[in-house]
Amino acid sequence: MPSTGFSLDSASVMLVWTAIAIYALAFIAYTIDLSRRSVAAIDAKDAATEDVRELVGVGAATASSSASSRGSVETIDQVRARQERAAEALTARGSRRDRPVWARIGTTLTWLGFLFHLAADVTRGIASGRVPWSNMYEFALTGTLLIVAVYLAVLFRYDLRFLGSFITGLIVLLMGGSAVAFYREITPLADPLKSVWLVVHVFVASLATALFALAFALSVLQLMQIRRERRALAAAEAGTAGAKTGPGFLRLLPSAENLESLAYRFAIIGFIFWTFTLIAGSIWANDAWGRYWGFDTKEVWTFVIWVLYAGYIHARATRGWRGTRSAWLSIVGFAAVMFNFTIVNMFFKGLHAYSGLTTGGS
Amino acid sequence: MSRSRSESGRDADPLRPSDHIDGADEADAVGSVDEKDAASAVTSPRLGPLGWARWAWRQLTSMRTALILLLLLAIAAVPGSIVPQRTADPNGVTQYQTDHPDLFPILDKLQLFDVYSSAWFSAIYLLLFISLIGCVIPRLKHHWKAMRALPPRTPARLSRLDDHRAATLTLADGVDATTAAADAIDAAERMLRGARYRVHRYDGRGSYSVSAERGYLRETGNLLFHIALVGVLIAVGVGGAFTYTGQRVIVQGTTFVNQLQDYSSFNPGRFVDGNALDPFSLTLDKFDVTYTPASDTGAGQAGDFVAHLTTKTEGGSAQQDEVRVNHPLEVAGDRVYLMGNGYAPTIIVRDSAGKVIYNESVPFLPQDNNMTSLGVVKIPDGLPQQLGLVGFFYPTMQPLTTGAFSSVYPDLIYPVLTLNVYAGDLGINDGTPRSVYTLDPTGMTQLTGGTTGVNSLELMPGQTAKLPNDWGTVTFVNEADPSASTLVTGSLDASKTMQAVGTDYSASVKRFVSLSIHHDASSVWVLVFAGLAVAGLLAALFVPRRRMWVRVTPKDGALRLEYAGLARGEDPAIAVAVTQLAERHAKSVAKAAKTAPQASTDASDAPAGDDATPGEAHNGRA
Repeated sequence: MPSTGFSLDSASVMLVWTAIAIYALAFIAYTIDLSRRSVAAIDAKDAATEDVRELVGVGAATASSSASSRGSVETIDQVRARQERAAEALTARGSRRDRPVWARIGTTLTWLGFLFHLAADVTRGIASGRVPWSNMYEFALTGTLLIVAVYLAVLFRYDLRFLGSFITGLIVLLMGGSAVAFYREITPLADPLKSVWLVVHVFVASLATALFALAFALSVLQLMQIRRERRALAAAEAGTAGAKTGPGFLRLLPSAENLESLAYRFAIIGFIFWTFTLIAGSIWANDAWGRYWGFDTKEVWTFVIWVLYAGYIHARATRGWRGTRSAWLSIVGFAAVMFNFTIVNMFFKGLHAYSGLTTGGS
Repeated sequence: MSRSRSESGRDADPLRPSDHIDGADEADAVGSVDEKDAASAVTSPRLGPLGWARWAWRQLTSMRTALILLLLLAIAAVPGSIVPQRTADPNGVTQYQTDHPDLFPILDKLQLFDVYSSAWFSAIYLLLFISLIGCVIPRLKHHWKAMRALPPRTPARLSRLDDHRAATLTLADGVDATTAAADAIDAAERMLRGARYRVHRYDGRGSYSVSAERGYLRETGNLLFHIALVGVLIAVGVGGAFTYTGQRVIVQGTTFVNQLQDYSSFNPGRFVDGNALDPFSLTLDKFDVTYTPASDTGAGQAGDFVAHLTTKTEGGSAQQDEVRVNHPLEVAGDRVYLMGNGYAPTIIVRDSAGKVIYNESVPFLPQDNNMTSLGVVKIPDGLPQQLGLVGFFYPTMQPLTTGAFSSVYPDLIYPVLTLNVYAGDLGINDGTPRSVYTLDPTGMTQLTGGTTGVNSLELMPGQTAKLPNDWGTVTFVNEADPSASTLVTGSLDASKTMQAVGTDYSASVKRFVSLSIHHDASSVWVLVFAGLAVAGLLAALFVPRRRMWVRVTPKDGALRLEYAGLARGEDPAIAVAVTQLAERHAKSVAKAAKTAPQASTDASDAPAGDDATPGEAHNGRA
């Protein structure tokens, strides 16, 4: 069967590159959307200011509007009202959702890319006659597929299209990098991988990674939003006009607290999956290597990541650690996940030597 | 999520360390009857030893300390993945010592080669677990009481809570408002009880109210998770003392008995009696492996390893079993793992008179993926001098352009054994333990191969070669035809190579397997506790704990209906829950009274200014 296997696999490679190209287009569309949100935010602000000026002009200014008339500074109430709107928009469903054209193009393209990606993954699986996640290249292929799948699934519940450019950008980088650096021809499964736990352990680990990626993106936005809110507050108090508060699109995003709460929800689901990964891995290790835990490098990093996210969950409940500090923990946690996937797989010596990147080792 | 901090300040249930975000404020603790809280009050004048001990305990069991310890644990675990560890990679440690002779002693002093049993790593996790236990015990007591306590009294002003709804229901003429109110509150009680709330009625002062609480499972789960982690630690620690692992190489056709002296290496836990192991025996009947054909991608990759064993337990009959990778064999409570395999050429050495002085199948250790294997034969007696043979075995031999041999495929296609002969002192007479897999050439003279100018002995299965100095012969036995013996001289030449093509050598050489035998009764307990931890975690993270209140006040032929909810901890759905309760209840009451409720006031109407507690932090809502 080598000839059919070869052609299916090359079809899979074609599909991979098609998917990457489509994701790249989605990334562009989402980025245009973000920049248009910035413009929209500035327009909205200007319009608000215009209204106030008009009111001032006809001499109907009240105490509160005269405060805001000192330039394009929003009042706290205006900020709150916009945050309420953003929070509602976050959970709006179906037809009640905003319909920004570029974000819709981005999402449509992401769906299209996802279908190609899925086809690529399935054909690779069929060509190899096993689950398509048993070396670095296949794991990257399936892992990124799950990140997109989780993102698209979450879109049904929350309007997270503002994360679109982060997600598609990340996918293009990971997929492109893997396709270039990690691609290997299909080889038979090494004996230690012939286990039902390959299906469970690796799949759940990928799922956890996908959720952590979303939590990470939200935590980054949360930090940006915290900075913007602080600056906006300072500007409102000082009454300084036109103070720079950061990227404009943030003004139309949910408040830092909303972002944090959402990031937390993804992170805890990811944490559950990660715990399960750890336990499933131990059961497998007990069958394959004769011990459930041996501080193999990969085990160490899985443990480190677990502890970091446990720390994150505790930080969220500790006075003085909620907010900025816990967001940093979420970021460090995801950095460790990425480190575990790339650097540890490629350069660290250990028993999880299934990347297929080096010849040798049995 | 939504939460009222003024509320949680007064009444900390579930009990948390003082710096928990839902915990009691430090300021609130002043004047509290709780001694522990009083000790931390800023005003305490002087602390005695006991006071300091209490202070230290409180610090250790605080959220902040636990968090720092967690982060420290994560950081402390990292070096163990960078520097090779004695437990996971002993050869790596030796290599490191050779590569970095200056750095090694310093790192060794810092226990960096035994990170996970080092003093500093142990200190972190032990402190963490003490902190955890110190945190969990008071919470256990508190939770035990809370589970038996009644839901709290309905607050006087429900509108002060973040999530509240209100409605007014005008009753038809002739309906008694008090009866209607009592009926309405009965309906609310039923509704809440049906939603698995624990309910209690607080009627009086002209109104009827029901107080309800649910989600005790959240705290139960949280406690269970933490206790299960302690359980995992204890199971690992205690279990380790009763665990043993041992390794043994078995050549095809030979038998291993589970007793101390039959192991080549044995690592017992502290409480393992090496002389009282469960007696059982294992005989290797056959070893199967398949190799990817040379024409396919991944050529020569080995797979489908199966060791066919005959096992015999004490008092039991012989049984045919298999050990595969990922599928260890259970025998008498022990697990047998397949760790490695290789070729074990049978070598017969005869003296010059033709008497057999050595006849063994020698395990040759594989050196690469094509099973180029290295083995040693030691013959202390029977010849003029002690003899050492260092052998290379090539299952499919092909000479390189340099003339050196190599194996190009792991299966037995063209098997060749080469032997370098050393004569002299094997260094085993004084009882010094020597590895059977290496030969120390000190004090020995090399007679063939290398720089001696004499070719190594080169044999294919079934061939015999003469030892140097006419000391005797060496035979490489063909297992498929043990009696065959062709005397060869010098190197393999082309004609013999041609002869070999077409000959089936697949059964010509015996195999060996290396087995690892483990006894670990604790792993089941570790798994049980890990499972409990996951169950606890699910409950702790996803079961919402909330209080609900419904109050009905009859007034002038109308009913005023108030609903409020209070989240205890993360609860993104509380607002929805309150709204749904309000809608369902108002509808059912209206149906019962055959009237429609008036427009309900919205929850978002802000509490009046006089309601706000001074110093109450602003609390946003998700």
